[in-house]
Amino acid sequence: MATKKAPERPNVSKEELLKFYREMLLIRRFEEKAGQLYGMGLIGGFCHLYIGQEAVVVGLEAATKEGDKRITSYRDHGHMLACGMDPKGVMAELTGRIGGYSKGKGGSMHMFSKERHFYGGHGIVGAQVPLGAGLAFADKYLGNDNVTFAYFGDGAANQGQVYETYNMAELWNLPVIFVIENNQYAMGTSVKRSTKSPSLWERGAAYGIKGEAVDGMDVLAVKAAAEKAVATCRAGEGPYILEMMTYRYRGHSMSDPAKYRTREEVEKMKSEKDAIEHVRDLLLQGGLASDEELKAIDKDIKAIVNEAAEFSKESPEPPVEELWTDIYA
Amino acid sequence: MDNERKLTIARAMAEATAQEMRIDPRVFVMGEDIADLGGVFGNTRGLAEEFGKERVRDTPISETGFIGAAVGAAQDGMRPVVELMFVDFFGVCFDAIYNLMAKNTYFSGGKFNVPMVLMTSTGGGYSDAGQHSQCLYGSFAHLPGMKVVSPSNAYDAKGLMTAAIRDPNPVIYMYHKGLQGMGWLGTEKGAIVHVPEEPYEVEIGKARIAREGRDVTIVSIAQGVHHGLKAARILQDQGISAEVVDLRSLVPLDRDTIRASVAKTGRLIVVDEDYHSFGVSGEIIATVTETNLADLKAPPRRIAYPDVPIPFARVMEQYCLPNADKIVAAARELCGAVIPA
Ligand SMILES: Cc1ncc(C[n+]2csc(CCOP(=O)(O)OP(=O)(O)O)c2C)c(N)n1
Ligand SMILES: [Mg+2]
Repeated sequence: MATKKAPERPNVSKEELLKFYREMLLIRRFEEKAGQLYGMGLIGGFCHLYIGQEAVVVGLEAATKEGDKRITSYRDHGHMLACGMDPKGVMAELTGRIGGYSKGKGGSMHMFSKERHFYGGHGIVGAQVPLGAGLAFADKYLGNDNVTFAYFGDGAANQGQVYETYNMAELWNLPVIFVIENNQYAMGTSVKRSTKSPSLWERGAAYGIKGEAVDGMDVLAVKAAAEKAVATCRAGEGPYILEMMTYRYRGHSMSDPAKYRTREEVEKMKSEKDAIEHVRDLLLQGGLASDEELKAIDKDIKAIVNEAAEFSKESPEPPVEELWTDIYA
Repeated sequence: MDNERKLTIARAMAEATAQEMRIDPRVFVMGEDIADLGGVFGNTRGLAEEFGKERVRDTPISETGFIGAAVGAAQDGMRPVVELMFVDFFGVCFDAIYNLMAKNTYFSGGKFNVPMVLMTSTGGGYSDAGQHSQCLYGSFAHLPGMKVVSPSNAYDAKGLMTAAIRDPNPVIYMYHKGLQGMGWLGTEKGAIVHVPEEPYEVEIGKARIAREGRDVTIVSIAQGVHHGLKAARILQDQGISAEVVDLRSLVPLDRDTIRASVAKTGRLIVVDEDYHSFGVSGEIIATVTETNLADLKAPPRRIAYPDVPIPFARVMEQYCLPNADKIVAAARELCGAVIPA
């Protein structure tokens, strides 16, 4: 694993640590619930969970302001929760109900929110990356200082369209942050088996794009890197690449044979690098929060997730008339 | 049968590929997660173990790159068998397919041919939404220069794969996810049939009468054939005798078999899991109406996917998909049977 270590005594307030704890826990518990609902047959298709990678979106979102945009792949539940979308609407989309963000038409991989500037949810590997540049292009054209976060995986980093986009983004100084979520695997293929590049962010150098690798299991390191990247983009000196070194604990999707890595490898990451445990330790060992305070948060999150699950079961299935709406504007 | 070897389509595809690899060193396989994992849909299982990872090669997620590379290797005399994991992903690599793979034979005045197989999965029915559930038969069949096949059962799967690998032309080999025999996708038992051990070819471009009948012809391919067979069994109990034609190949299309069947029954239903308009179903109906209009006792019908992006929600998707009930209803109408209340 990479790279930066969190400072021994981080310069961070109790409030901020509690916020990180809360937001990461929401994603984790939400995803665990989604896994259960999938097991119960309430969610169909392929469902890609974000468990293990929570610090990436939570740390990055901490550096955003209203108006900033985000776009990602099919592993999108965490991004939606972190940018403030309603867990009820996300869960109900997973169960294919009318109360879901796309009225049940999109499912796990295809959701959008205008209010939260979330531009999807995309099923074709790498396809969202040029769109991200386009979002940034529009903002630059309009003359505002919004920044776009275009997320993609280590596997997606081998799609040609990523590099066409890099070239244009630097050529036009677009305010886009390319976030490579390097969770070490693309389905059953490890990074080592898909590239000889020593690092993925450094590929941007060929196009003149600045970037760095970040410990994506450390929310403080993520936030610090994000602030730097955001400042660069807002100053008109974008784009920027952040390679987040992270790890997914669960299978690629719910139908993963899990033969490509050892159980020990997964357990080691969980016990040594877990992002939520890390913040929990900072809070407890630093004497910033009591066990009771954290338990109260746990309870709160549980209630939010249960409410989302209930809503996702009670919201009606879409009527078939909905089939023929929204095809054209 | 004592010597019965019932295989899934996935295993039949892998067996055919392995047998060709044993006799022809030019055959190699590549695609995403096809070596160590044996393919997401099982159709390359066991190949890496037998032939090693040079010949059975996992690729990065770079479809334009590796499919284009396969075209080059094929023009250089190799016999690539490559996989595009889901047909829906053709959007990122279609140039290599339809402008290069399909046209370089013609544009070289026949100096170079492109003997490759592009395997790709099709079909939905399991709530995977519109970027992972399409069939796109018509999109491929529309474009000249490549053959297009799709088996409905393991016997044809093996024979078509053997024929595809030996064919001097590019062949798109579409396998339907619902027929692969992967437990987690649901399994169509009718696809799991006896498969002879020794290599054999199923001629590309030759349809098969999957069931004989007198009153109505049901034409389909892959999963649709099983809907047709199920409908035919129901119709039989209702006194209607349905013939089911399994096309097996879209390009070339066995127009003679279609016409001969309709000449016999006088009625035509096309079942197509691809989109309704501008596709295979219209082509098959034109095949009959252009030359054999007088054979028809009733207007032909098509049961195809409505012209909407495939929705995620199960209720909506199932509403759209072809099924036996829809075929039965259409057949009864065509045959002038009383519609039960
Ligand atoms: C163009 C394209 N090729 C292949 C796939 C199938 N596929 C879906 S996810 C995936 C792995 C992607 O890995 P990565 O980019 O590392 O993202 P992660 O799943 O790890 O978040 C593959 C091969 C696809 N959806 N689109
Ligand atoms: Mg990955």
